[in-house]
Amino acid sequence: MILYIVKRLVLSVPLLVGIATATFFVLHLAPGDPMDMYLEPRFQREMDPEVIEAIRTRFGLDEPIPVRYGKWIRNLATGDLGTSFRYRRPVADLMWERVPYTLQLTVLALLFDALFGISLGILAAVKQYTKLDKVVTLGSLVVYSVPGFWLALMLVLVFSVELGWFPTSQTRSLDYELLSFWGQVADRLWHLVLPVFVLSVASAAGTARYMRNKLLDVLSEEYVLAARARGLRERVVILKHALRNALIPIITIYGMALPFLLGGAVLIENVFAWPGMGTLAVEAVRGRDYPVILATTMLSAVLVVVGNLMADITYAAVDPRVSYEGKVKA
Amino acid sequence: MSLFDLPEGLVAERDRVDRSALLLRAVVPGAAHFALGRRRRGAHLLGYALLMILVLTLRGGAVREAMASRDPGDWLAAAFVILSLLGAVAFSVWDAARIVSDRGRTRSRSPLRIALRRFSENGLAVLAVYVIVGLYLLAILAPLLAPYDPTVIENALETRYLAPSWLHPFGTDEFGRDLFSRALYGARVSLSVGLLAVVVAITLGTVYGAVAGYFGGWLDGVLMRVVDVIIAFPTFFLMLMLVGVFEAGIVFLVLILGFTSWTGTARFIRGEILSLKEREYIEGARAIGLPSHLIIIRHLIPAALAPVLVSAALMVGGMVAAEAGLSFLGIGIRPPTPSWGNMLSAGQDALLVAWWIAFFPGCLLALTILSFNLLADGLRDALDPKTLTRKHL
Repeated sequence: MILYIVKRLVLSVPLLVGIATATFFVLHLAPGDPMDMYLEPRFQREMDPEVIEAIRTRFGLDEPIPVRYGKWIRNLATGDLGTSFRYRRPVADLMWERVPYTLQLTVLALLFDALFGISLGILAAVKQYTKLDKVVTLGSLVVYSVPGFWLALMLVLVFSVELGWFPTSQTRSLDYELLSFWGQVADRLWHLVLPVFVLSVASAAGTARYMRNKLLDVLSEEYVLAARARGLRERVVILKHALRNALIPIITIYGMALPFLLGGAVLIENVFAWPGMGTLAVEAVRGRDYPVILATTMLSAVLVVVGNLMADITYAAVDPRVSYEGKVKA
Repeated sequence: MSLFDLPEGLVAERDRVDRSALLLRAVVPGAAHFALGRRRRGAHLLGYALLMILVLTLRGGAVREAMASRDPGDWLAAAFVILSLLGAVAFSVWDAARIVSDRGRTRSRSPLRIALRRFSENGLAVLAVYVIVGLYLLAILAPLLAPYDPTVIENALETRYLAPSWLHPFGTDEFGRDLFSRALYGARVSLSVGLLAVVVAITLGTVYGAVAGYFGGWLDGVLMRVVDVIIAFPTFFLMLMLVGVFEAGIVFLVLILGFTSWTGTARFIRGEILSLKEREYIEGARAIGLPSHLIIIRHLIPAALAPVLVSAALMVGGMVAAEAGLSFLGIGIRPPTPSWGNMLSAGQDALLVAWWIAFFPGCLLALTILSFNLLADGLRDALDPKTLTRKHL
């Protein structure tokens, strides 16, 4: 097992180098110059060319692209992500500040997603063809189809603007520093309600549909029939015999949710002015902040690779039919 | 031969008269179909023709204007109304003739016909098809239906932020532009970007996967490693980066959305082809010397296409959502060109003063995505051999 993990990790190194190279060159092939964001072109024309050259040298923009690539890769290998053009601070520091905010949203969203998605899915499957099942299947399809960021806007409109129950945006109130410890905790939670709800509701709908289908697949298997024939109670049949097998593909999905943890809330963060990784990435793209764009892309690529590995490992761990070589035994 | 039967020559004569009378009637779209007992198809033809005639009579001025316009979009809308009306007449006559000459023959139940029949029994999926067709019609006919110009700003101080009313069904925005007109034109951008991006993605993925799966060996290895690299990017992130950095226009946006979303199809098609190519009929095709590209195009891809169709329907919804998300972030379609996404972005800025700016485009967006998801669900059920029952055969 450990050998398998090590082998997969070693194999993913060339993959990540490939991704890094592709990202770097695509980014530098793009038209436009980061200098234009730093200084408007009309000012650049009036300025002393030497000053502009000096700025270029400082940001390393004066060197030919292959040299920049070599430097960037070398720094990346030692864990140095470079300095942001826009904030003029190390990219790693910037990301380190933003990550906790995104994690608050996404971890909570995943928890609610699993809790409600799986239980609704089970309920719908057990009560197949009843009204409840129809409401869950159709309702989840509708919810799943509504764009999350629009739902967020509408919820803000109703619950924040009209009713004033929740804040419209930000992570904390203006008087946050004046509150007691528990007041601060409550304030944070109060700001989390809407974004977490929006994030979890759509993915819970997807999970419910998936869970329902998987459980129905399993319920038509012969061993379920056998369990029923032995006179086991329906509750035991479903929870002990069927559910365990139906959960296997669901667990795999959560293994692959790793990249979602950091990159899944781009639009929602934008609606709620939430200072997370998503907002950082969008700002970087808008402002041609190349080091930040490269760093966020690399981070998410690493997460995808590790997430896939985790999914495979959990799959092998929960399903004894799967061996670590990835082949299904007969 | 009994006494009351007509002699043979007269039977032929009766059928000929019958036939030409019917076909004459078919010039009114659907009329002959009603006479032949094909009510459903007749109602569709008649309904469509009436709809187009309604547009021509109610918006005749706009149609004339659009025909004289230099803008190909306007021109297309006018041409579409007239040509599709003529098309409905032609199809009605042709189809009625086909039904008459087919009378008495049993029609074979091809897999396609069986699937269509099963699909048509799924009420929600059929409703979704009507909604999708309706939305695309609105998009194509936008220049004829829009009561105002979507981009011209006049007298903004008087007309800005007007709540929905009969004059402005969706209200007006911060520049006093009519949001109903903008939503119609926005449908053109959003719906065509979604559809075209899927066409790009599916074509690329199918060809790529088929080549990798059919030839196998080192070529397959190389091609699939490339797929691994692309799959390792979170799609929305990749779109964000590419669209943002290249400051993409509409065509480029379609290409980027397509080029970042084909890998799933490629993997799927490759897997299907790997198992299909071992079948005897492919071996037979190879034995008679059919060149590889024809084996792939004629025999392998069609056999693997049904599930791809389902994922294509799902993808259109996803692409429409992706375009809206990017434009919402100010990175996709840029104002003043309206798209549902950038209308939502404007709506967010004005959320406190004018709820309607964000409300209506979002409803259209949700309706579109929901319809495509229902369509995909219906297609999946109709194409699934596991749920096939005797009555459909």
